[in-house]
Amino acid sequence: MSTMLNDPRLIGKEPEGSLLGNLRRRLSYADLGQLPVLLGLALIWIVFQWANPLFLSPGNLTNLLLQNVAIGIASIGITLVLLLGEIDLSVGAVSGVCASVMAVESVKNGWPGPLAVLAALAVGLLIGALHGFWITKLRVPAFIVTLAGLLGWQGVQLLVLGNTGTINLRDPFITGLTLTFFPGLWAWVACIVFVALYAVGSFWERQQRVAAELQVSSLGSLIARIVVVGLGVLLSMAVFNADRGLPLAVVIFVGILVIFSTITKRTRFGRHIYAVGGNAEAARRASINVDSIRIAVFTLCSLISALAGVMAGSRLLAVNQSSGGSDFLLNTIAAAVIGGTSLFGGRGTVWAALLGALVIGSIANGMDLLALESPIKFLITGGVLLAAVTIDALVRRRRVAVGR
Amino acid sequence: MQHGSGEQIAPHCIILTLLYNSISTTALLIVENDMTTANATPVLEMRGISKRFGAVQALQNVDFNVYAGEVVGLVGDNGAGKSTLVKCIAGIHPIDSGTIQFEGRPVTINGPKGAVALGISTVYQDLALCDNLDVVANLYLGREEIHKIAPGVVGTIDEVKMEKRAISVLRGLSVSIPSVRTLIASLSGGQRQSVAVARSVMWKPKLVLLDEPTAALGVAQTRQVLDLIARLREQGLAVVIISHNLEDVFSVADRITVLRLGRFAGTFGVRDVTHEQVVGAITGAEFGTLESYPGQPLMEEPKTV
Repeated sequence: MSTMLNDPRLIGKEPEGSLLGNLRRRLSYADLGQLPVLLGLALIWIVFQWANPLFLSPGNLTNLLLQNVAIGIASIGITLVLLLGEIDLSVGAVSGVCASVMAVESVKNGWPGPLAVLAALAVGLLIGALHGFWITKLRVPAFIVTLAGLLGWQGVQLLVLGNTGTINLRDPFITGLTLTFFPGLWAWVACIVFVALYAVGSFWERQQRVAAELQVSSLGSLIARIVVVGLGVLLSMAVFNADRGLPLAVVIFVGILVIFSTITKRTRFGRHIYAVGGNAEAARRASINVDSIRIAVFTLCSLISALAGVMAGSRLLAVNQSSGGSDFLLNTIAAAVIGGTSLFGGRGTVWAALLGALVIGSIANGMDLLALESPIKFLITGGVLLAAVTIDALVRRRRVAVGR
Repeated sequence: MQHGSGEQIAPHCIILTLLYNSISTTALLIVENDMTTANATPVLEMRGISKRFGAVQALQNVDFNVYAGEVVGLVGDNGAGKSTLVKCIAGIHPIDSGTIQFEGRPVTINGPKGAVALGISTVYQDLALCDNLDVVANLYLGREEIHKIAPGVVGTIDEVKMEKRAISVLRGLSVSIPSVRTLIASLSGGQRQSVAVARSVMWKPKLVLLDEPTAALGVAQTRQVLDLIARLREQGLAVVIISHNLEDVFSVADRITVLRLGRFAGTFGVRDVTHEQVVGAITGAEFGTLESYPGQPLMEEPKTV
């Protein structure tokens, strides 16, 4: 018995938890996390900066983010659905119909801004619950239900907007969502507090593990992680400050990211999303209510889409018949997938939405700066998506090869 | 006179001696059984269990029991009713007739949750693990520990508490894995089976059911899992394993219960029986190979031992 247990093949020794050791282990398991997409983003930025020196200017970077906040937010919702191993094709249509509700209530019915936004979110919630119910209780595949949603909600959007077609938004609350900037001291203080909280939280967590005599990563790698995050936040703040200041829209986006990152990684509900996406039958046998999880996720996805629609309307200062239409849906899915979320469920993080949206947005923005023709833009965007998914597929094959 | 009576008694003596011998042999067998089982009341005692699926009588009048600290191998040919019996115990199929006693109390098993509530834990052949989650998450799947911030408030998962307990449970069973934070996807088949078994004992069950725990495992990994089953017995659990592999059953079980065509076909202490006898009970050709009973029909009623 003991000889068997000491069989070296059965006891894979985990390399030391040092920075280099971690990197080496991750490389050997092909578990690169966000590294490929970060490298890809860096490459894209270098190429566009080389082609047009305005690309990395504070003004353009701020614009780039504002242009893509709606896509980024919507792709958080898509990421949740992809984690389940499902798909939601109605994201764009739902964002459009909810934005229309907001515009009509605000402009035609004279509701105060916050109330109009809440109405939009409530409609998103109801639509998502309806999708979830249809998918789980009536057992119609999500692809079909949300495809019907893609068509149907577009129709509702046209009905809601009525004859006017385009509604210009004037409510200061709604337009302020993307027009507000926090310059100067207080924004800096907020950023520093954010980083400090992150650092304290990380150290506290490590301390808990040390106290419980559990394995911990080295102090060096922890500090390195905090330094990287801190530099990233402060550098971004410096860039924003060189323009108009920290945009409220970015604060909202990052806030939602933090909320959903916490939900997915640290709560039972989030754990169960991953479990259902990884092995629904195993989740069911572990007495997880799979149907409830599915309904909740589709509801959240539509709720988040509604918020994305609100942000898109605010950015455009108008809601019209093509709001949430054209390539909005495909860009959100592309952003989630480029960020490293698997289409097959159970793998990925909501931070993928941020990185993916940055990649998608950078390409679109950079090509606009270069005044490229539409055909070229479509070709390049398609190529990048294909490359991202191909890398994912290759990594997966490597994982299988090393038994991971 | 005395002598004469002695003469007269003699034939009775022989009969009595014979009787006595047979009784004492039986008694010895019982004593032996008691020694291996350590407890007079079985953890699970099923009598006269029948289960029918439409036209198929899957189980007919089956008796089955298992004691604490005992490993019972449940064997039989395909379609003999092993899986049906285990699913009845696990609460997946309600029984049509018969009685079930759990720790001496008559019970009805109300669904899988009812079985779990009684202290019956099942490891199915497909293991039901989530490949994309780590070992700790799988051990606690559906029963995650939560930081209690305030009553009614949804809290975050208490990873530290879960990891500590996971490590101690795995250590207690001498399960060797690289780290409890390894994803299931990167474990070997034997390690996955070990994690599945460890999960089955996380919540202190009385009885563990293992469906084909060694199927599709290599030699070393099979050994690993059989050792693990032996440790479950050491911890005083009642264990039932279904297996097609008699070699494995003989090496880990204390007792072998055979089903044939949905009926009870005998239960044997592993030390009192040979492979051939068990194979005989499985196929219905008792105590020998089929060739040695050329005239007998295969469908003959099995004799109970």
